[in-house]
Amino acid sequence: MRSHHDMGGLPAGPVKRTEHDYALWEKRVDALMMLLSSPQRQLLKVDELRRNIEALGPQAYDAMGYYERWMHAICQTLIQRGVITIDELGRKMEEVAAARRGAP
Amino acid sequence: MSHEHHAHGPGGAHEHLPDAEERLGYYQTMEIAVRELLIEKGIITPADVRMAVEAMDARTPAQGARVVARAWTDPAYKARLLADGSAACAELGIDMGPTRLVVVENTERVHNMIVCTLCSCYPRFLLGLPPDWYKSREYRSRAVREPRAVLAEFGTVLPDDVEVRVHDSTADMRYLVLPRRPAGTENMDEATLASLVGRDAMIGVALVETKPPGS
Repeated sequence: MRSHHDMGGLPAGPVKRTEHDYALWEKRVDALMMLLSSPQRQLLKVDELRRNIEALGPQAYDAMGYYERWMHAICQTLIQRGVITIDELGRKMEEVAAARRGAP
Repeated sequence: MSHEHHAHGPGGAHEHLPDAEERLGYYQTMEIAVRELLIEKGIITPADVRMAVEAMDARTPAQGARVVARAWTDPAYKARLLADGSAACAELGIDMGPTRLVVVENTERVHNMIVCTLCSCYPRFLLGLPPDWYKSREYRSRAVREPRAVLAEFGTVLPDDVEVRVHDSTADMRYLVLPRRPAGTENMDEATLASLVGRDAMIGVALVETKPPGS
């Protein structure tokens, strides 16, 4: 069976010629991918990024933005490789969110 | 980018600018958290991230246009470019990174366009980050089945006797279209020629006109 991301040749509507200037956070996700996959670090391969994106269910794949899918996949790869743990990530995300809530 | 967020080091204050969105999205929060964890572990530094963002910002279609204009004015360079795209870009000081570049030439008889049906592979080292539509379901699905209809949506209508070749990029191999040099540009120098070459012509959804794109 064809996987959800494998859409070449399927029917679809007109191409909407949308573009946007990438936000800083999107560029930082891109930067994380470039840095982690660099020869001196080798903590992420582009195939791992793709595998983790392609493992998303059809609904999640369509609902998420492009760099949201990337961020999800980078995070999954780092957890799968044991570079970070789910507990560490959960704590740090809560810390980040709390700092934002407490911001003036 | 018109605004720059404050950098912050390990254990430092989180960024919270007055003009930033009040609530961070889930994945924005995740990005900050992962970045901070990697910094705390000594895997990356804030400067690494900043420099990687700046390097990506510096990659624009002007680089690809430089390659195209050189190929138009120097037949020996063009031959090298078509034989080994990555090596020919390196000659101009453009690093293709780990990916292999294949340059496909438009002629009177053949028009090329590029797509990545599986994801969003794009000659980012030459053109910068791809436009949203390149990553859209509509473009990815239809470019390989009805390329002429897609081209028409971009205002590019080709004669029936021109063969359309669609190249599906992969993670390891990227394509760049070498557009046709427009008639009436025989006396232009390389820099002027480069100014005519827009991103969409190098993706293959547009042709090069004798006036710069958007003018």
